[in-house]
Amino acid sequence: MMRKSRWKIYNQTEFYLFIVLIVLSTILAFVNPKFLRLENIFDLLRNYTFLGILALGQLVVLISGGIDVSFTAIATVSQYIMGVIISKYYIDNILVALAIPIPIGIALGLVNALLVYYTRVHPVIITISTLNVFYGFLMFITSGRWIYKFPPSFRNFVQIKILSFTSAKGTPYGLSILTLFWIIVAVMTWFILKHTNIGRKIYAVGGNLEAARRAGINIFRTYIFVYCYMGGLAGLASFVQAQLAQIIQPNAIVGKELDVLAAAILGGASVFGGSGTVPGAILGVLLIAIIKNGLVLMRIPAYWHQVVMGAIIAGAASVTALQMKFKSRRMVRKNAD
Amino acid sequence: MEERISHFLILRNINKNYGGVKALEKVDLDIMEGEIHCLVGENGSGKSTLVKIITGVVKPEPGGKIEIKGESFEFLDPLTSFLKGIHVVHQDLSLFPNLSVAENIAIHEHIMKKSGLVNWKRIYEVADRVMKRLGIYIDPHIQVEKLSVADQQLVAICRSLASDAKLMILDEPTSSLTSREVERLFSILRDLKSRGISILFISHRLDEVLDIGERITVLKDGKKVGTFRKEELDKKKLTYLMTGRELAFVRRSKGLEKKVPILKVENLTKYGQFENVSFELHSGEILGLIGPRGAGRTELALSLFGMNPPDSGRIFVEGKEVSFKSNRDAIKHGIGYVPENRLTQGLVLEQSVKNNLVITILERILNDFRLIDEERKNKVAEEMVRKFGIKTAGMDVAAKTLSGGNQQKVVLAKWISTAPKILILDGPTMGIDVAAKESIYRLVSKLANEGIAVLFISDESSEVTANCDRIMLMKNRKIVGVFKKDEISEEELERRIKE
Repeated sequence: MMRKSRWKIYNQTEFYLFIVLIVLSTILAFVNPKFLRLENIFDLLRNYTFLGILALGQLVVLISGGIDVSFTAIATVSQYIMGVIISKYYIDNILVALAIPIPIGIALGLVNALLVYYTRVHPVIITISTLNVFYGFLMFITSGRWIYKFPPSFRNFVQIKILSFTSAKGTPYGLSILTLFWIIVAVMTWFILKHTNIGRKIYAVGGNLEAARRAGINIFRTYIFVYCYMGGLAGLASFVQAQLAQIIQPNAIVGKELDVLAAAILGGASVFGGSGTVPGAILGVLLIAIIKNGLVLMRIPAYWHQVVMGAIIAGAASVTALQMKFKSRRMVRKNAD
Repeated sequence: MEERISHFLILRNINKNYGGVKALEKVDLDIMEGEIHCLVGENGSGKSTLVKIITGVVKPEPGGKIEIKGESFEFLDPLTSFLKGIHVVHQDLSLFPNLSVAENIAIHEHIMKKSGLVNWKRIYEVADRVMKRLGIYIDPHIQVEKLSVADQQLVAICRSLASDAKLMILDEPTSSLTSREVERLFSILRDLKSRGISILFISHRLDEVLDIGERITVLKDGKKVGTFRKEELDKKKLTYLMTGRELAFVRRSKGLEKKVPILKVENLTKYGQFENVSFELHSGEILGLIGPRGAGRTELALSLFGMNPPDSGRIFVEGKEVSFKSNRDAIKHGIGYVPENRLTQGLVLEQSVKNNLVITILERILNDFRLIDEERKNKVAEEMVRKFGIKTAGMDVAAKTLSGGNQQKVVLAKWISTAPKILILDGPTMGIDVAAKESIYRLVSKLANEGIAVLFISDESSEVTANCDRIMLMKNRKIVGVFKKDEISEEELERRIKE
């Protein structure tokens, strides 16, 4: 009966991702030494905060056994409402601006949760529908008008650095405050998943829905938490995106669904539910960031970027599938012994 | 001193109707504290409805009475039943494969606790305490999906102990255990009993019921036949009580005629799965392959069917050496394989009976445009239903609505309609009741008489000694003995399997 645990580091997806990350970074550093400059790395972290926050939300949904593709529409709607309010009433307070999109996102997430729970239709279908409904309403009401006259507090916030340096040429650079959002959300998500009951219930529901039901886990509440969390993070991410762009266009975010899903899945989250970790979701985003950045630094034409991204997703998914296969083969062996 | 024997659960006059159909009629049941009570009956006899009433999942019709330790209820709800200590270890175990052993055992720490935070220390303490109580050790950090089925079952038992079970209901707990694992389970159950925990044990395996049970309640067609003490029963009597018929397991009589072997296997080896397997299978012969679970039987069968390429050795079909690259090759050579798990591998459960039946012979029901000819399809399927005596509400109902025995017949029928020369049956009677078993035996015997060579893989010595012309015993990846019919008794075979 004695059986020692096999918590070897090389059994973890994160370990492989980390190796790939190091290898790719080294290659890129050789091709273009600019890559490893702190300046470039800080830029990368700032620019991928939007994707990073969304990937963490998607991670939680995937662990629960669901999927949400409507988050881009949720982000767009909450961003647009924020833009209208702060520009129309000229609210020069960044905290108020930040406080607008998050509850809107949570409310739209609640719509998803209710539909997924009560209709029992697969969440991919539900969220494709709500994506179109949310986005369609917004386009109808706004006719796609852009918003770009923001109060100073909104314009200046993005300039804040939590770490500041000056480059050899004398230009200042640093770690953006926006990246801090990503870090905070990552720590929060990790804490929820690892140290709260709702977090463990999310894993349980994603691992075996019927067993969760029999054990008395409230599935309804779990779904509400999961989709509202995704919605709330979509609201927060939309704030980050608006900060970076300093312009709100209703069509700027929709279309990024696959990048986010790819990052989460690359990070080891399973579309079948029950697995995935915060470090994985972060590494997944970083990997995508480095690859895209590397392609730019290597001056490869933009169309090739899509080809490379597609190939990477297919590759990552195959590796995960192969791992599963080896695992089950080992099981057969073990049972045969 | 407390009275040694007192009732834990009393059910009186329990009725349950499902839209006019009487699922349970005037059923009484008494379960004592610290008793191992078995519940048997054919499929559809009302066992699962009764369990659902005890666990509060369904409400009985008004007029019945449920009493738990002297407290009366008209009906139970799931939470009350759970809090009174009634826990089910489901056949599918209801574990969370992605969570650790400790978390699975202590899952109710997550659910019942008011505070929102996880106390990991307490979870490991609970798991440790419960496992110590049972005298077992499974690494609490390991994920449950990495455990063997037997260990997973122990985890499920630990979980119900962790939340203070007083009555543990085990639904078909032995269906995927090796005989050694069954013994370990039984010793744990006896240990639980000695600590005053009651056990309701539900199984189709009458040998086991007669081994572990103190009292046995028999249900038939929703009515209680009676509750008997073990000493009052033997297997034959129990079968009679369950089916209402004397099922004289007709022993297959037709001897085998010496012919050219249709399948010949020489020194077939797949490292870690089976070694140096050699045997011959003749047309019209039923060759039994028996052994403890994990002996390598299924792996061998899959190799013969082209799905598990062997490392060395030779396979001959009708005297010609073959090497299968895939199961399509094996099918072309006239081999059919009915898998062990009909639910996951043999049937498309959501599809109609008709579609399941014709899936292997689509070629035959195409019209001139190479499209499926509905009329021909109906005709072929109806013919199969008649020939194999499949009981179904219609051709278009989903396969999952059939009983276990009839599902198995659909699987058999679809392979037999491909006109195989060699048919490999992997555990064809697993999890089906006695009457259905008997009809499967008849069917297999009939097929053999028509000239098909059958490799019959089984766990039960009684069925191979009664139905096979020859029996191969496989242990630890090797064939350790071949016996002609009547050369070995059921008891002797059982002894050799276990030794």
